[in-house]
Amino acid sequence: MKLLEYQAKELFKEYGIPVPRGYLVVDPNDVDDRIGDSVIKAQVLIGGRGKAGGIRFAKDRESAREEAGNVLEMYISGFKVRSVLIEERLRIAREIYISIAIDRSKGLPLLLASREGGLEIESVRDDLIGRWHLTPGAEVNNIIDGIASFLALEEEKEQVAKLVASLWRLFWEKDCELVEINPLVVGDDGDIVASDAKMIINDDALFRHPELPVEEEDLTPLERKARERGIAFVQLDGGIGVIANGAGLTMSTLDTLSLYGGKGGVFLDLGGTDDVGQVVEAFRLMVEASPKVILVNIFGGITKCDTVAKGIVQAKEELRIESPMVARIKGVNEAEARKILEEKGIFALQDLDKACRKASELEASR
Amino acid sequence: MTILLDERNKVVVQGITGHQGQFHTGAMLEFGTNVVAGVTPGKAGQTVHGVEVFESMKDAARDTGADTSILFVPARFVKSATREAIDSGMQLIVIISEHVPVHDSIEIIQMAKAHGIRIVGPNCPGIGSPGKAKLGIMPNHIFKEGKVGLVSRSGTLTYEVVNALTESGIGQSTCVGIGGDPIVGTSFIDVLDLFQNDPDTSAIVLIGEIGGTAEEEAADFIMENVTKPVCTYVAGLTAPPGKRMGHAGAIISRGRGTAESKVRALKEAGVKVAAVPHEIPNLVWEVLNDA
Repeated sequence: MKLLEYQAKELFKEYGIPVPRGYLVVDPNDVDDRIGDSVIKAQVLIGGRGKAGGIRFAKDRESAREEAGNVLEMYISGFKVRSVLIEERLRIAREIYISIAIDRSKGLPLLLASREGGLEIESVRDDLIGRWHLTPGAEVNNIIDGIASFLALEEEKEQVAKLVASLWRLFWEKDCELVEINPLVVGDDGDIVASDAKMIINDDALFRHPELPVEEEDLTPLERKARERGIAFVQLDGGIGVIANGAGLTMSTLDTLSLYGGKGGVFLDLGGTDDVGQVVEAFRLMVEASPKVILVNIFGGITKCDTVAKGIVQAKEELRIESPMVARIKGVNEAEARKILEEKGIFALQDLDKACRKASELEASR
Repeated sequence: MTILLDERNKVVVQGITGHQGQFHTGAMLEFGTNVVAGVTPGKAGQTVHGVEVFESMKDAARDTGADTSILFVPARFVKSATREAIDSGMQLIVIISEHVPVHDSIEIIQMAKAHGIRIVGPNCPGIGSPGKAKLGIMPNHIFKEGKVGLVSRSGTLTYEVVNALTESGIGQSTCVGIGGDPIVGTSFIDVLDLFQNDPDTSAIVLIGEIGGTAEEEAADFIMENVTKPVCTYVAGLTAPPGKRMGHAGAIISRGRGTAESKVRALKEAGVKVAAVPHEIPNLVWEVLNDA
């Protein structure tokens, strides 16, 4: 789950990471004069808001109110701006970069720091980025000298030590996949302040963080329903609606469809469910998306084939499914599944290649 | 010979009384796995498919001499259950559970490394050594004994490819599903190394998918260390670019991680690349006939 900037900054404050003075408004009439020289920042979960005009500057309350009104009417990459953060404008001496993420290869958290802040970090040269692996439960005192010197912040070393320790504590205690400050501003008074804040919390750990805000991500009604029901939902631009189990199998279904000129449309991943109701829910979502063809591709393991078959039969009885359906079912309890389907006159294929070819032909004919 | 697992492993099923634990204990026993115990706190004294249920891993290990465990416990209990398995002297721990918090995975994998213990998973389909034993949730009937080693990052796609190999008459030495989470206990490289040193594995199939850099790292390793023929399929060639790539995540991979980059790296390492899963058996027949 991504946090909005102001949500991340609330947590920064709690952890003693300095942030600019500021407040959130959802209505331009709530802009007051507690901050004079200010920055108005669109609160959206997508990058590139600066380039899109989602960051404005104002000298006084009047212009701040006007700019806040403008930004609150914007859509950035399709996302409606619902709130703006109004902050004091910082006097910037230098902009740097610091983050903690997870290094998959080493299986450890990795702190990244660079003197080149404010840019997209992908565009920064490799040798200008310092890397320090962090070990769960371990202190970070031993790397502070290295970080301070890499960032040319020897004089501000005490601030660096406090910042890194807080960032690490925040990262670990809040189950983060990413905490990123870009830019981290060194003011002309020598004070270090987090000008921006990005945080991604590990979805699988949200159950132990009731204190965190609920995600504000913009979702289509269908996406929202899918999420509420624990079904992975991806909207692509083709006509074949795919219901499959597992990300790898789903991607290979798309790859195989493309071999026959077929294109995936809505794609639903049942994941590791073994619940008839969940299968019916997937069909309910699929019917709402009204694809030209429905392709069911199941290779049962945790998800047993007979469970899926019962779900298909129930969905056929409960829902008006107008699209033609191609079902391919293999794996645990496949014989039982075939029997259940055949009793209802549904014939399931066993071969993925054949199923993809048939679905592609049906798509082309409609 | 097989890698990681054979009929001698004495297996404890953690979470044996749950729906999945019960079902897959039955399937593993049918496959020939030496399941010696189960553990579910509060359910000691029960039996599941004739297997005795113990209160704790300590009790199970002491009474049965178990050395291997497989976890079917809910994600939030995986950390404590794995710690218990490590403390009870298990040498191989397979974690089937999905949705394990990534920080928990980091902690338990570090802990296992410090003790020299192998973890496979989390969020994986497990290990199958046809004719010997299975530790996982893969369907029993898709396997066939033979000489091809298979390693995969995916779950159901593993079944797809194992099934396709078997249907075309190609048997397997061992099939390992390492799991699709960003952090897993056993990597492609670990398994490639084991297959390279296994005298009864003559060719290797590697199944990858987009995201991360595990396939590129595997390609580097193959280039330097693997002399056996390798065939691969990377899922997601036609998938649109994902949204989940964070900035700092992208920096770790430095532009690596797309299907194109993976396929390129693997081809450069001399690996045969299939465009769809069903091309794999033909590629394997080619390399077996060339050998």
